Amino acid sequence: MSQIIEAFEKEQMKESLPELNVGDTVRVSKTIVEGKKKRTQKFEGTIVKIAGSNSSRSITIRKIIDKVGVEKAYLLHSPLLTDIEIIQRSKVRRSKLFYLRDRVGAKANRLKIKK
Amino acid sequence: MQKFILGKKIGMTQIIQDSGVVVPVTVIKAGPCAVVDIRTQEINGYMAILLGYEDLKEKHLNMPKSGYFKKQAVVPKKYLKEFRVESTDNYELNGVVDISVFSEDDEVCVKSKSIGKGFAGTVKRHNFSRGPMTHGSKNHRLPGSIGAGTDPARVFKGTKMGGHMGNQFVTVKGLVIVKVDSEKGLLYIKGSVPGKKNNLVEIFR
Repeated sequence: MSQIIEAFEKEQMKESLPELNVGDTVRVSKTIVEGKKKRTQKFEGTIVKIAGSNSSRSITIRKIIDKVGVEKAYLLHSPLLTDIEIIQRSKVRRSKLFYLRDRVGAKANRLKIKK
Repeated sequence: MQKFILGKKIGMTQIIQDSGVVVPVTVIKAGPCAVVDIRTQEINGYMAILLGYEDLKEKHLNMPKSGYFKKQAVVPKKYLKEFRVESTDNYELNGVVDISVFSEDDEVCVKSKSIGKGFAGTVKRHNFSRGPMTHGSKNHRLPGSIGAGTDPARVFKGTKMGGHMGNQFVTVKGLVIVKVDSEKGLLYIKGSVPGKKNNLVEIFR
C-alpha cells in the first residue's frame, strides 16, 4: 500500500479501541438516526471475523435470536459506533469462526472460556 | 475560468464521513503544474494552455527538448499536455496551476490510459455471451457468426471481434471531488479512475 494512503487511513482512525480478538463476546453500541431522532442500539454476540486493516477494520458479530442465527458487521472506526464492551474472552484456534454457522442448539454459541 | 490539472494516480481508499457514510475514493497527487506555453488565436489559430508536470533534470533531456525549455525559460518538465481555454487572460508564462483551482463537490472529468488487457476475445472485449461449457458443446467462447455468406461476400467494417483491449485513453465524466488536501497536493475523487497506479491523469472541467 502506498505510504500516502496509509497515512491518510491512519488519520481517520479512532485514537483508542479495545483490543479485540476472534471469539470474544462483546456488546457494541451504535447510534441509529431515524429522521431527527437519535437512539442507541446495542447488540451482543461473539466475534466470528475480524477483517480489513487501518481505518477499514471491521468485525462481524454472531448471535442466536429465537433459534435463528444473526450476524452483524460493524466498521470499527465509524463515528456511529460509540462503544465496545468486552464481556468474555474465549480460547479459539481459528481466525474465522464460521464453523459456528453449522452448529445447532445449545452448542451453537459455546466456546472455551479463556482464563 | 476552466479548471484543469495534471496528476498521478496513487490508489484507492475509503473516507469515513461524520454521518457514518463510507465513501470509496481514488487518491490523486495533482500539481503543481507550470504554464509552459500559451497558444493564442493570432499565432496558433486556437486558444490553449500547455501545462507541464514533474520537474526533470537537464541531463535527462535531449537537445531539442532542452532547447525548447530554454527558449520558454521554464524549468524542464516530464509531461506536457494542452488544455483548450476560452480566454488566456488569466494565465501567464511560467505561472503555477495548482490544486487550489478545485474545491469540494466539483464535478470533473478524468482522462487516463486504461489498464492493458492484451489480445482479448469477444466475451471479454464486447460482452458477448459464451456458449454452454458442457453437454457436448464445443462452442465455449467462440464469436459465432460474423455476417451473411454469398451476399455481401465480405465482413463489414467495425464488426465486433477479438483484438487488443485496454491501454487506450479513457475519459470518465461526472466524477465528484470529495476532498481537497492542498497541503499535500492530494485530490480525493469519488469512485474509480481508469488506469494503473502512478499513471498520468488529466483532471478537467
